[in-house]
Amino acid sequence: MSLKKRRLGWLISSLVALGMAIGLLLLAARDTVTFFFSPSELAQLSIKQDRRLRVGGLVAAGSVQRTGTIIHFVITDRVQTVPVIFSGILPDLFREGQGVVAEGRLGTDGVLHASSVLAKHDETYTPRDVAESSLQKKWRGERAPGAAQTTATGGSAPAAITR
Amino acid sequence: MHFFTKLALRHARALLWWSSALTLVLLVIGLVWGLFFSPADYQQGEMVRILYIHAPAAWMGLFAYTVMAVASAASLMGKYPLADIVAKASSPVGALFTIICLVTGALWGKPMWGAYWVWDARLTSMLILLFLYLGHIALVNAFDDYGRGARAGAILALIGFINIPIIKFSVDWWNTLHQPASITRVALPAMAMEMLLPLLVMGLAFKAYYVTLLLVRIQSEMAAVQVRASRLTQNNWTQNNRRENGR
Repeated sequence: MSLKKRRLGWLISSLVALGMAIGLLLLAARDTVTFFFSPSELAQLSIKQDRRLRVGGLVAAGSVQRTGTIIHFVITDRVQTVPVIFSGILPDLFREGQGVVAEGRLGTDGVLHASSVLAKHDETYTPRDVAESSLQKKWRGERAPGAAQTTATGGSAPAAITR
Repeated sequence: MHFFTKLALRHARALLWWSSALTLVLLVIGLVWGLFFSPADYQQGEMVRILYIHAPAAWMGLFAYTVMAVASAASLMGKYPLADIVAKASSPVGALFTIICLVTGALWGKPMWGAYWVWDARLTSMLILLFLYLGHIALVNAFDDYGRGARAGAILALIGFINIPIIKFSVDWWNTLHQPASITRVALPAMAMEMLLPLLVMGLAFKAYYVTLLLVRIQSEMAAVQVRASRLTQNNWTQNNRRENGR
Protein backbone atom coordinates (compact mmCIF):
# COMPACT_ATOMS: atom_id res chain seq x y z
CA MET A 1 0.00 0.00 0.00
CA SER A 2 1.30 3.40 -0.92
CA LEU A 3 2.03 6.06 1.66
CA LYS A 4 -0.72 8.32 0.35
CA LYS A 5 -3.36 5.59 0.54
CA ARG A 6 -2.32 4.68 4.07
CA ARG A 7 -2.49 8.33 5.12
CA LEU A 8 -5.91 8.66 3.47
CA GLY A 9 -7.12 5.61 5.39
CA TRP A 10 -5.87 7.09 8.66
CA LEU A 11 -7.44 10.44 7.88
CA ILE A 12 -10.85 9.02 6.99
CA SER A 13 -11.01 6.56 9.89
CA SER A 14 -10.04 9.18 12.47
CA LEU A 15 -12.57 11.64 11.06
CA VAL A 16 -15.31 8.98 11.14
CA ALA A 17 -14.42 8.13 14.76
CA LEU A 18 -14.46 11.80 15.71
CA GLY A 19 -17.77 12.32 13.93
CA MET A 20 -19.33 9.38 15.77
CA ALA A 21 -18.05 10.65 19.12
CA ILE A 22 -19.51 14.11 18.53
CA GLY A 23 -22.72 12.59 17.20
CA LEU A 24 -23.16 10.53 20.40
CA LEU A 25 -22.35 13.60 22.49
CA LEU A 26 -25.02 15.66 20.75
CA LEU A 27 -27.51 12.78 20.96
CA ALA A 28 -26.96 12.55 24.71
CA ALA A 29 -27.38 16.32 25.11
CA ARG A 30 -30.32 16.74 22.73
CA ASP A 31 -32.65 18.04 25.45
CA THR A 32 -30.22 20.90 26.11
CA VAL A 33 -29.24 21.47 22.49
CA THR A 34 -32.86 21.92 21.47
CA PHE A 35 -33.93 25.55 21.77
CA PHE A 36 -37.52 24.86 22.78
CA PHE A 37 -40.01 22.07 23.39
CA SER A 38 -43.27 21.83 21.51
CA PRO A 39 -46.36 21.37 23.73
CA SER A 40 -46.45 17.68 22.70
CA GLU A 41 -42.79 17.17 23.64
CA LEU A 42 -43.43 18.96 26.92
CA ALA A 43 -46.29 16.59 27.73
CA GLN A 44 -43.94 13.58 27.35
CA LEU A 45 -41.14 15.05 29.46
CA SER A 46 -41.06 14.90 33.22
CA ILE A 47 -40.02 18.48 33.92
CA LYS A 48 -38.98 19.44 37.42
CA GLN A 49 -40.94 22.35 38.83
CA ASP A 50 -39.22 25.73 38.62
CA ARG A 51 -36.92 24.64 35.85
CA ARG A 52 -36.54 27.38 33.25
CA LEU A 53 -37.58 26.17 29.83
CA ARG A 54 -38.79 27.37 26.47
CA VAL A 55 -42.00 26.30 24.80
CA GLY A 56 -42.53 26.93 21.10
CA GLY A 57 -45.56 26.68 18.87
CA LEU A 58 -48.27 28.76 17.28
CA VAL A 59 -50.32 31.35 19.16
CA ALA A 60 -53.76 29.74 19.19
CA ALA A 61 -56.48 31.78 17.46
CA GLY A 62 -58.73 33.71 19.82
CA SER A 63 -56.54 32.92 22.83
CA VAL A 64 -54.86 36.32 23.29
CA GLN A 65 -56.33 38.25 26.24
CA ARG A 66 -54.85 41.48 27.56
CA THR A 67 -55.63 42.69 31.06
CA GLY A 68 -53.58 45.83 31.70
CA THR A 69 -49.95 44.99 31.06
CA ILE A 70 -50.49 41.26 31.54
CA ILE A 71 -51.13 39.15 28.50
CA HIS A 72 -52.55 35.63 28.39
CA PHE A 73 -52.29 33.39 25.37
CA VAL A 74 -52.11 29.73 24.46
CA ILE A 75 -49.29 28.04 22.55
CA THR A 76 -50.43 25.12 20.43
CA ASP A 77 -48.86 22.60 18.08
CA ARG A 78 -52.34 21.46 17.00
CA VAL A 79 -52.08 18.41 19.28
CA GLN A 80 -51.33 19.77 22.75
CA THR A 81 -51.62 23.26 24.18
CA VAL A 82 -49.73 25.22 26.86
CA PRO A 83 -51.26 28.36 28.40
CA VAL A 84 -48.84 31.27 28.89
CA ILE A 85 -48.86 34.37 31.11
CA PHE A 86 -46.52 37.19 30.10
CA SER A 87 -45.90 40.78 31.03
CA GLY A 88 -43.50 42.77 28.90
CA ILE A 89 -42.68 43.83 25.37
CA LEU A 90 -43.88 41.51 22.64
CA PRO A 91 -42.04 41.30 19.30
CA ASP A 92 -43.71 43.02 16.34
CA LEU A 93 -44.45 39.72 14.66
CA PHE A 94 -46.50 38.49 17.64
CA ARG A 95 -50.05 37.74 16.54
CA GLU A 96 -52.52 34.89 16.52
CA GLY A 97 -51.33 32.07 14.29
CA GLN A 98 -47.70 33.23 14.50
CA GLY A 99 -44.91 30.91 15.64
CA VAL A 100 -43.53 32.03 19.01
CA VAL A 101 -41.10 30.77 21.64
CA ALA A 102 -41.87 31.66 25.27
CA GLU A 103 -39.23 31.27 28.00
CA GLY A 104 -40.12 30.93 31.65
CA ARG A 105 -41.05 28.60 34.49
CA LEU A 106 -43.87 26.08 34.43
CA GLY A 107 -46.22 26.58 37.36
CA THR A 108 -48.01 23.80 39.25
CA ASP A 109 -51.17 24.76 37.40
CA GLY A 110 -49.47 23.95 34.09
CA VAL A 111 -49.28 27.61 33.09
CA LEU A 112 -45.97 28.88 31.70
CA HIS A 113 -44.98 32.11 33.48
CA ALA A 114 -42.91 33.60 30.69
CA SER A 115 -40.19 36.20 31.18
CA SER A 116 -39.57 36.63 27.47
CA VAL A 117 -41.46 35.92 24.27
CA LEU A 118 -39.65 35.65 20.92
CA ALA A 119 -41.28 35.47 17.51
CA LYS A 120 -40.21 32.58 15.31
CA HIS A 121 -40.09 33.39 11.65
CA ASP A 122 -40.73 30.59 9.19
CA GLU A 123 -38.84 29.81 6.00
CA THR A 124 -41.43 31.20 3.58
CA TYR A 125 -40.74 34.50 1.84
CA THR A 126 -43.71 36.04 0.08
CA PRO A 127 -44.23 39.52 -1.37
CA ARG A 128 -46.96 41.49 0.40
CA ASP A 129 -49.36 41.66 -2.53
CA VAL A 130 -49.08 37.92 -3.15
CA ALA A 131 -49.65 36.99 0.48
CA GLU A 132 -53.44 37.06 0.26
CA SER A 133 -53.69 35.69 -3.27
CA SER A 134 -54.58 32.24 -4.51
CA LEU A 135 -51.08 30.90 -3.82
CA GLN A 136 -51.52 31.51 -0.13
CA LYS A 137 -54.95 29.89 -0.16
CA LYS A 138 -53.48 26.83 -1.83
CA TRP A 139 -50.88 26.49 0.93
CA ARG A 140 -53.59 26.85 3.53
CA GLY A 141 -55.60 24.10 1.92
CA GLU A 142 -52.70 21.67 2.09
CA ARG A 143 -52.29 21.90 5.85
CA ALA A 144 -53.40 19.37 8.41
CA PRO A 145 -57.06 19.31 9.45
CA GLY A 146 -57.76 22.00 12.00
CA ALA A 147 -55.15 24.26 10.45
CA ALA A 148 -57.69 26.89 9.49
CA GLN A 149 -58.68 27.68 13.06
CA THR A 150 -55.11 28.18 14.25
CA THR A 151 -54.04 30.37 11.36
CA ALA A 152 -56.72 33.01 11.39
CA THR A 153 -54.29 35.71 10.29
CA GLY A 154 -53.09 33.74 7.29
CA GLY A 155 -49.49 33.36 8.42
CA SER A 156 -48.06 30.07 7.28
CA ALA A 157 -47.03 27.60 9.93
CA PRO A 158 -43.39 27.02 10.80
CA ALA A 159 -42.42 23.61 9.48
CA ALA A 160 -40.38 22.77 12.57
CA ILE A 161 -43.37 23.11 14.81
CA THR A 162 -45.87 21.20 12.72
CA ARG A 163 -43.73 18.07 12.73
CA MET B 1 -3.26 18.30 -9.41
CA HIS B 2 0.15 19.67 -10.38
CA PHE B 3 -1.14 20.33 -13.86
CA PHE B 4 -4.00 22.46 -12.54
CA THR B 5 -1.67 24.18 -10.09
CA LYS B 6 0.67 25.18 -12.88
CA LEU B 7 -2.23 26.23 -15.10
CA ALA B 8 -3.76 28.37 -12.34
CA LEU B 9 -0.43 29.98 -11.50
CA ARG B 10 0.30 30.82 -15.11
CA HIS B 11 -3.06 32.53 -15.51
CA ALA B 12 -3.36 33.92 -11.99
CA ARG B 13 -3.27 37.52 -13.15
CA ALA B 14 -5.98 37.03 -15.78
CA LEU B 15 -8.05 34.97 -13.36
CA LEU B 16 -7.85 37.73 -10.78
CA TRP B 17 -8.92 40.34 -13.30
CA TRP B 18 -11.93 38.30 -14.43
CA SER B 19 -13.07 37.41 -10.92
CA SER B 20 -12.79 41.04 -9.78
CA ALA B 21 -14.83 42.23 -12.76
CA LEU B 22 -17.42 39.48 -12.20
CA THR B 23 -17.65 40.38 -8.50
CA LEU B 24 -18.25 44.04 -9.28
CA VAL B 25 -20.90 43.41 -11.95
CA LEU B 26 -22.81 40.78 -9.95
CA LEU B 27 -22.61 42.77 -6.72
CA VAL B 28 -24.04 45.91 -8.36
CA ILE B 29 -26.84 43.96 -10.06
CA GLY B 30 -27.65 41.94 -6.94
CA LEU B 31 -27.59 44.88 -4.53
CA VAL B 32 -29.70 47.19 -6.70
CA TRP B 33 -32.16 44.39 -7.44
CA GLY B 34 -32.34 43.19 -3.85
CA LEU B 35 -32.43 46.56 -2.15
CA PHE B 36 -34.61 48.54 -4.54
CA PHE B 37 -36.51 46.36 -6.99
CA SER B 38 -37.45 43.25 -5.03
CA PRO B 39 -40.74 43.31 -3.10
CA ALA B 40 -41.09 43.68 0.67
CA ASP B 41 -42.07 40.54 2.57
CA TYR B 42 -45.65 40.11 3.83
CA GLN B 43 -44.40 39.59 7.39
CA GLN B 44 -40.88 41.01 7.59
CA GLY B 45 -41.54 44.11 5.50
CA GLU B 46 -38.36 45.88 4.37
CA MET B 47 -36.23 43.91 6.86
CA VAL B 48 -36.25 41.00 4.42
CA ARG B 49 -33.54 42.81 2.43
CA ILE B 50 -30.91 41.87 5.02
CA LEU B 51 -31.34 38.37 3.63
CA TYR B 52 -29.52 39.35 0.41
CA ILE B 53 -26.34 39.92 2.42
CA HIS B 54 -26.87 37.50 5.29
CA ALA B 55 -27.55 34.26 3.44
CA PRO B 56 -24.75 34.59 0.81
CA ALA B 57 -22.30 35.46 3.60
CA ALA B 58 -23.40 32.36 5.52
CA TRP B 59 -23.00 30.16 2.43
CA MET B 60 -19.51 31.50 1.81
CA GLY B 61 -18.62 31.07 5.48
CA LEU B 62 -19.32 27.36 5.08
CA PHE B 63 -17.79 27.16 1.59
CA ALA B 64 -14.49 28.79 2.58
CA TYR B 65 -14.15 26.29 5.44
CA THR B 66 -14.85 23.40 3.10
CA VAL B 67 -12.12 24.64 0.74
CA MET B 68 -9.79 24.95 3.74
CA ALA B 69 -10.60 21.40 4.91
CA VAL B 70 -10.08 19.87 1.45
CA ALA B 71 -6.76 21.71 1.06
CA SER B 72 -5.74 20.58 4.55
CA ALA B 73 -6.56 16.94 3.75
CA ALA B 74 -4.49 17.20 0.57
CA SER B 75 -1.64 18.75 2.52
CA LEU B 76 -1.66 16.01 5.16
CA MET B 77 -1.83 13.25 2.57
CA GLY B 78 1.08 14.31 0.46
CA LYS B 79 3.22 17.15 -0.67
CA TYR B 80 1.01 19.44 -2.68
CA PRO B 81 2.91 22.72 -2.63
CA LEU B 82 -0.17 24.88 -3.04
CA ALA B 83 -2.42 23.09 -0.50
CA ASP B 84 -0.97 24.74 2.62
CA ILE B 85 -1.06 28.13 0.92
CA VAL B 86 -4.72 27.71 -0.13
CA ALA B 87 -5.71 26.65 3.40
CA LYS B 88 -3.85 29.57 4.95
CA ALA B 89 -5.34 31.99 2.41
CA SER B 90 -8.91 30.73 2.85
CA SER B 91 -9.33 31.04 6.60
CA PRO B 92 -9.27 34.86 7.06
CA VAL B 93 -11.65 35.21 4.10
CA GLY B 94 -14.02 32.67 5.63
CA ALA B 95 -13.77 34.44 9.00
CA LEU B 96 -14.77 37.69 7.29
CA PHE B 97 -17.87 36.10 5.73
CA THR B 98 -18.81 34.47 9.04
CA ILE B 99 -18.57 37.82 10.84
CA ILE B 100 -20.76 39.46 8.16
CA CYS B 101 -23.27 36.64 8.60
CA LEU B 102 -23.36 36.92 12.41
CA VAL B 103 -23.64 40.73 12.44
CA THR B 104 -26.38 40.95 9.80
CA GLY B 105 -28.20 38.09 11.51
CA ALA B 106 -28.17 39.95 14.83
CA LEU B 107 -29.45 43.12 13.15
CA TRP B 108 -32.31 41.14 11.62
CA GLY B 109 -32.99 39.17 14.80
CA LYS B 110 -33.75 42.16 17.02
CA PRO B 111 -36.75 43.50 15.06
CA MET B 112 -38.00 40.08 13.90
CA TRP B 113 -37.44 37.71 16.83
CA GLY B 114 -37.12 40.30 19.56
CA ALA B 115 -33.50 39.39 20.40
CA TYR B 116 -30.09 40.10 18.87
CA TRP B 117 -28.78 36.74 19.93
CA VAL B 118 -30.15 33.43 21.17
CA TRP B 119 -28.20 30.28 21.98
CA ASP B 120 -29.97 28.00 19.57
CA ALA B 121 -28.15 25.27 17.65
CA ARG B 122 -27.79 27.21 14.38
CA LEU B 123 -26.46 30.43 15.90
CA THR B 124 -24.15 28.65 18.35
CA SER B 125 -22.63 26.36 15.71
CA MET B 126 -22.06 29.40 13.46
CA LEU B 127 -20.25 31.17 16.31
CA ILE B 128 -18.11 28.04 16.79
CA LEU B 129 -17.23 28.28 13.09
CA LEU B 130 -15.91 31.81 13.66
CA PHE B 131 -13.79 30.58 16.59
CA LEU B 132 -12.46 27.73 14.43
CA TYR B 133 -11.40 30.26 11.80
CA LEU B 134 -9.75 32.53 14.38
CA GLY B 135 -8.07 29.51 16.00
CA HIS B 136 -6.77 28.37 12.61
CA ILE B 137 -5.34 31.81 11.81
CA ALA B 138 -3.62 31.96 15.20
CA LEU B 139 -2.32 28.38 15.08
CA VAL B 140 -0.88 28.60 11.57
CA ASN B 141 1.09 31.70 12.53
CA ALA B 142 2.12 30.44 15.98
CA PHE B 143 5.17 28.48 14.82
CA ASP B 144 8.53 29.80 13.65
CA ASP B 145 8.70 26.87 11.27
CA TYR B 146 6.24 27.42 8.43
CA GLY B 147 5.70 23.69 7.79
CA ARG B 148 4.84 22.86 11.40
CA GLY B 149 2.32 25.70 11.59
CA ALA B 150 0.68 24.54 8.36
CA ARG B 151 0.52 20.96 9.66
CA ALA B 152 -1.06 21.93 12.99
CA GLY B 153 -3.53 24.17 11.16
CA ALA B 154 -4.45 21.35 8.77
CA ILE B 155 -5.26 19.02 11.67
CA LEU B 156 -7.40 21.71 13.34
CA ALA B 157 -9.19 22.43 10.05
CA LEU B 158 -10.06 18.75 9.59
CA ILE B 159 -11.29 18.29 13.17
CA GLY B 160 -13.40 21.43 12.86
CA PHE B 161 -14.92 20.20 9.61
CA ILE B 162 -17.33 18.11 11.73
CA ASN B 163 -19.01 21.45 12.50
CA ILE B 164 -20.01 22.08 8.87
CA PRO B 165 -22.76 19.41 8.60
CA ILE B 166 -23.85 20.35 12.13
CA ILE B 167 -24.41 23.96 10.99
CA LYS B 168 -26.19 22.88 7.83
CA PHE B 169 -28.57 20.40 9.46
CA SER B 170 -28.95 22.06 12.89
CA VAL B 171 -32.31 23.51 11.84
CA ASP B 172 -33.56 20.03 10.92
CA TRP B 173 -32.10 18.02 13.80
CA TRP B 174 -33.19 20.27 16.65
CA ASN B 175 -35.86 22.82 17.40
CA THR B 176 -34.17 26.14 16.65
CA LEU B 177 -35.35 29.72 16.58
CA HIS B 178 -33.59 30.11 13.24
CA GLN B 179 -35.86 29.13 10.37
CA PRO B 180 -35.10 26.04 8.27
CA ALA B 181 -33.63 26.26 4.76
CA SER B 182 -35.86 27.91 2.15
CA ILE B 183 -33.99 27.16 -1.04
CA THR B 184 -33.07 23.51 -0.71
CA ARG B 185 -36.56 22.59 0.44
CA VAL B 186 -37.84 19.72 -1.67
CA ALA B 187 -41.59 20.33 -1.42
CA LEU B 188 -43.06 23.69 -2.37
CA PRO B 189 -40.77 26.63 -3.18
CA ALA B 190 -40.56 28.56 0.06
CA MET B 191 -39.45 31.78 -1.56
CA ALA B 192 -41.14 33.88 -4.21
CA MET B 193 -39.24 34.02 -7.52
CA GLU B 194 -38.78 37.83 -7.39
CA MET B 195 -36.88 37.38 -4.10
CA LEU B 196 -35.09 34.15 -5.02
CA LEU B 197 -33.45 35.54 -8.17
CA PRO B 198 -31.71 38.56 -6.55
CA LEU B 199 -30.64 36.24 -3.71
CA LEU B 200 -29.03 33.85 -6.20
CA VAL B 201 -27.29 36.76 -7.98
CA MET B 202 -25.93 37.89 -4.62
CA GLY B 203 -24.86 34.30 -3.90
CA LEU B 204 -22.83 34.25 -7.12
CA ALA B 205 -21.44 37.72 -6.39
CA PHE B 206 -20.18 36.56 -2.99
CA LYS B 207 -18.68 33.45 -4.56
CA ALA B 208 -16.81 35.58 -7.11
CA TYR B 209 -15.71 37.87 -4.26
CA TYR B 210 -14.40 34.85 -2.38
CA VAL B 211 -12.41 33.67 -5.42
CA THR B 212 -10.99 37.18 -5.84
CA LEU B 213 -9.89 37.47 -2.21
CA LEU B 214 -8.50 33.93 -2.28
CA LEU B 215 -6.41 34.70 -5.37
CA VAL B 216 -5.05 37.92 -3.85
CA ARG B 217 -4.15 36.12 -0.64
CA ILE B 218 -2.57 33.17 -2.47
CA GLN B 219 -0.37 35.59 -4.43
CA SER B 220 0.71 37.41 -1.29
CA GLU B 221 1.35 34.10 0.51
CA MET B 222 3.52 32.94 -2.38
CA ALA B 223 5.43 36.20 -2.29
CA ALA B 224 5.96 35.62 1.44
CA VAL B 225 7.26 32.11 0.72
CA GLN B 226 9.73 33.55 -1.78
CA VAL B 227 10.89 36.19 0.67
CA ARG B 228 11.41 33.51 3.33
CA ALA B 229 13.30 31.31 0.91
CA SER B 230 15.59 34.11 -0.30
CA ARG B 231 16.25 35.21 3.27
CA LEU B 232 17.18 31.63 4.15
CA THR B 233 19.62 31.32 1.27
CA GLN B 234 21.07 34.72 2.02
CA ASN B 235 21.66 33.71 5.65
CA ASN B 236 23.30 30.49 4.53
CA TRP B 237 25.41 32.40 2.05
CA THR B 238 26.65 34.94 4.62
CA GLN B 239 27.31 32.14 7.13
CA ASN B 240 29.27 30.18 4.54
CA ASN B 241 31.18 33.33 3.62
CA ARG B 242 32.06 33.98 7.25
CA ARG B 243 33.25 30.40 7.67
CA GLU B 244 35.41 30.62 4.56
CA ASN B 245 36.85 33.92 5.69
CA GLY B 246 37.65 32.28 9.00
CA ARG B 247 35.73 34.77 11.15
